[in-house]
Amino acid sequence: MIASGDATLFAIVRLSLAVSLAAVALSAVIGMPLGAALALLRFPGRAAVVICLNALMGLPPVVVGLAVYLLLSRSGPLGSLGLLFTPSAMVIAQTLLIVPIIAALTRQTIEDLWVEYRDEMAAMAVGPVGRIATLLWDARISLLTALLAGFGRAAAEVGAVMIVGGNIDGFTRTMTTAVALETSKGNLPLALGLGLILLGIVLAINAAAWAMRAWSERLGV
Amino acid sequence: MRAPATDLPLVLDRVSLQAGATVILDQISLAIVQGPPTLIVGPNGSGKTSLLRLCLGLVQPTTGRISWGGRTDAAPLRRALVFQRPVMLRRSVAANVDYALSHAGIARGGRPERIDDLLERVGLSALAARPARRLSGGEQQRLALARALARDPEILLLDEPTASLDPAATRAVEDIVLMAAQSGIKVVMSSHDLGQVRRLAGDVIFLVHGRLRERSRAIDFLETPATPEAAAFVRGELVL
Repeated sequence: MIASGDATLFAIVRLSLAVSLAAVALSAVIGMPLGAALALLRFPGRAAVVICLNALMGLPPVVVGLAVYLLLSRSGPLGSLGLLFTPSAMVIAQTLLIVPIIAALTRQTIEDLWVEYRDEMAAMAVGPVGRIATLLWDARISLLTALLAGFGRAAAEVGAVMIVGGNIDGFTRTMTTAVALETSKGNLPLALGLGLILLGIVLAINAAAWAMRAWSERLGV
Repeated sequence: MRAPATDLPLVLDRVSLQAGATVILDQISLAIVQGPPTLIVGPNGSGKTSLLRLCLGLVQPTTGRISWGGRTDAAPLRRALVFQRPVMLRRSVAANVDYALSHAGIARGGRPERIDDLLERVGLSALAARPARRLSGGEQQRLALARALARDPEILLLDEPTASLDPAATRAVEDIVLMAAQSGIKVVMSSHDLGQVRRLAGDVIFLVHGRLRERSRAIDFLETPATPEAAAFVRGELVL
């Protein structure tokens, strides 16, 4: 089925990747500055924020789905936008799911590097903007790994996209929701095909993360 | 290229530094002027590193006043510090020097030539493309020196730069330091190595438990130490 290039199957894969990649891009824009700020700023209640952020990494997708559903449903506060059961709703839900992951990993990375670089940058009279730029650049490999972790989580989750997307054929059906549906219908070949592709994607992401680590260690960066 | 303002003399006026209830430096008054290297000596925990950090402007004294060429603003315009364990940026050797040059205000166009020149001075030209964190301890220390010299400093502060190096690596670092001193840079360096004092020092600041116990020409410190602690240090005994 994979080899024959089934059109339905590839439409599903395309939508899944598009939604998850959009969510990762959005989460990077929100999560990385948030994490960097949390790493460098000192304010009352900071410890509580860090603990909450770390805890949110394990947010159950169905809970995020439910929250976004309530927000976007016809009678909800953002119901007038008519986003429920669209790919946009799925991007929003996955973004909420992975912003904590990317922000928490960014905070940890930047904070560790800051402790190491602080004195040296002060001795070289590096200004505040230069400091942030230096930390982000020198942490680039770890930050890319954080993005990959976020993408892996987004691509593999089923609960949130199922609730806010509705698993509508040809419109909001993703790999994970299709596997759930086809399995319950007894259409095992399609479910298995999608499952294999999903597995391949997750495997490829982890291989990429591993290769990047190995490469950066060899370069000593 | 040099700013008209000068950082010399570096004057400490009754400077004390405390961390909580612990007194790290106690009422230090001294002036550092142009001349041969000044070595800060004393046992571990005597306050050598803290004194260097104060001299750079990295930390503020709890009480007392520091001035550089009469100015009291702490921006390290023409001062550079090499830490005991320098941190290598996750970049190549050349990029580390480039970074230091850029933050010393050198325009991009002028940097490649300066990088070559600085790496030549510290003997790292052949390793320019190597990741800095892959260098040996001695090479990292020399790269840190190149970064410090990139700031075109008037005062070069060094915190036990040879503490964990073998004799050959120590020699390489000392040669660079002497070359810097001969080119007119005021070197202020901490050490607990008596041999290093003999080889490099023009004058000596002797610290024990955060107190300035002796300030004299190196030759006087080595031959006629004024305090019992200094006498014990010069005899090679353990000063606790």
